[in-house]
Amino acid sequence: MTVREVAVEAYREALPVLALSAVGGLFAGVVLGGMDAELKRVAGLLVLVPALLATRGNVYGSLGARLGSALHQGLVDPTFSTDDERVNAAVAAALANGVLVSGVAAVLTVALLTALGRPAASLGTFVAIALTAGLISGVVLTVAVVSVVFVGYRRGLNPDTLAGPVVTTTGDVVGVATLLVATRLVLALGGG
Amino acid sequence: MATAEWTVRGIVRRMLPVLIVLTAIELGSGIILDTFEGTLLRYPTLLVLVPVTIGMAGNLGSILAARLSTALHLGLLSFDAADERLAGNAVATIALAVTVFPLVGAGAWLLQTVVGRTALPLGTVVAVALMSGVVLAVLAVAVTTITTYAAYRFELDPDDVVIPVVTNVCDVLGVLVLFGAVRVLVGG
Repeated sequence: MTVREVAVEAYREALPVLALSAVGGLFAGVVLGGMDAELKRVAGLLVLVPALLATRGNVYGSLGARLGSALHQGLVDPTFSTDDERVNAAVAAALANGVLVSGVAAVLTVALLTALGRPAASLGTFVAIALTAGLISGVVLTVAVVSVVFVGYRRGLNPDTLAGPVVTTTGDVVGVATLLVATRLVLALGGG
Repeated sequence: MATAEWTVRGIVRRMLPVLIVLTAIELGSGIILDTFEGTLLRYPTLLVLVPVTIGMAGNLGSILAARLSTALHLGLLSFDAADERLAGNAVATIALAVTVFPLVGAGAWLLQTVVGRTALPLGTVVAVALMSGVVLAVLAVAVTTITTYAAYRFELDPDDVVIPVVTNVCDVLGVLVLFGAVRVLVGG
């Protein structure tokens, strides 16, 4: 293949998904903009936002890439089945990673803000918000990733191009929305 | 490659340390956001632009990383400036940024107008988005190529390492580049 052929193919494959993910990102921005009351009540919550959004992309993006490479190599059957041990292990590991890292992010945020002498809500509030958001978003994103990768592959689309942006898009919207839900829940239960 | 080991413990043990390091990096961009909170509130359009710019920067990097990782798995990639796959994917990344980022700027402006608050003119928002996009695309190509090469040299599975590193570095760069563009084109 020439440079031009590779470039044209990569551009065509990526453009629709990127455009879709841009729309998702803009909606995540609008949701974030509407969260100003919660951001003010939980001091330092804005610091946690990029870390939580990135964790969604990292963990479930890696899940998509892992499944994509395995499909390309013929290690995983293109017909999704709950009996597939490889797929089950990959999904369970992704959920464990997603929830654990969310908790670590909350602890590090409080430690960092305290060290810098900036205002921060209590450790318990941060951890409760991060774990709740991590769990809900993990379940939603696992369903999204597994569906997109398997359905896409069976329809002849390249899961490498699909998985990343679809995860980042749904990851951003789901990430901001579940953060909002988790924050309201924790505040309603007496955190803050 | 390491794809042979597909156990929950194996995947968690390989990924968790990387994820924690990346989270620490992301908190850096969180602190930058916290510092620029005043600017974000003065120009609300920029607040809408923040997640999408971060996201698009990560996306450009992760698409490139996924393509290079699979090419590496299949033995189709060589790290040479003359390599067609490397050069073609780099060109496509820049072209994608030039196409999508102006639309992102226009979209952010439009959504702010619909919500009822517009602090910056359309042309300025589009220019901020385009400038950020081009700079980020160049940085994304550099970061992805270096990281994929490092994974290859250290015999790590690129699926475990490259996408997380690229996405997070691009996230932090996204915040920094966006505020750079704002400084140049808007001031303050």
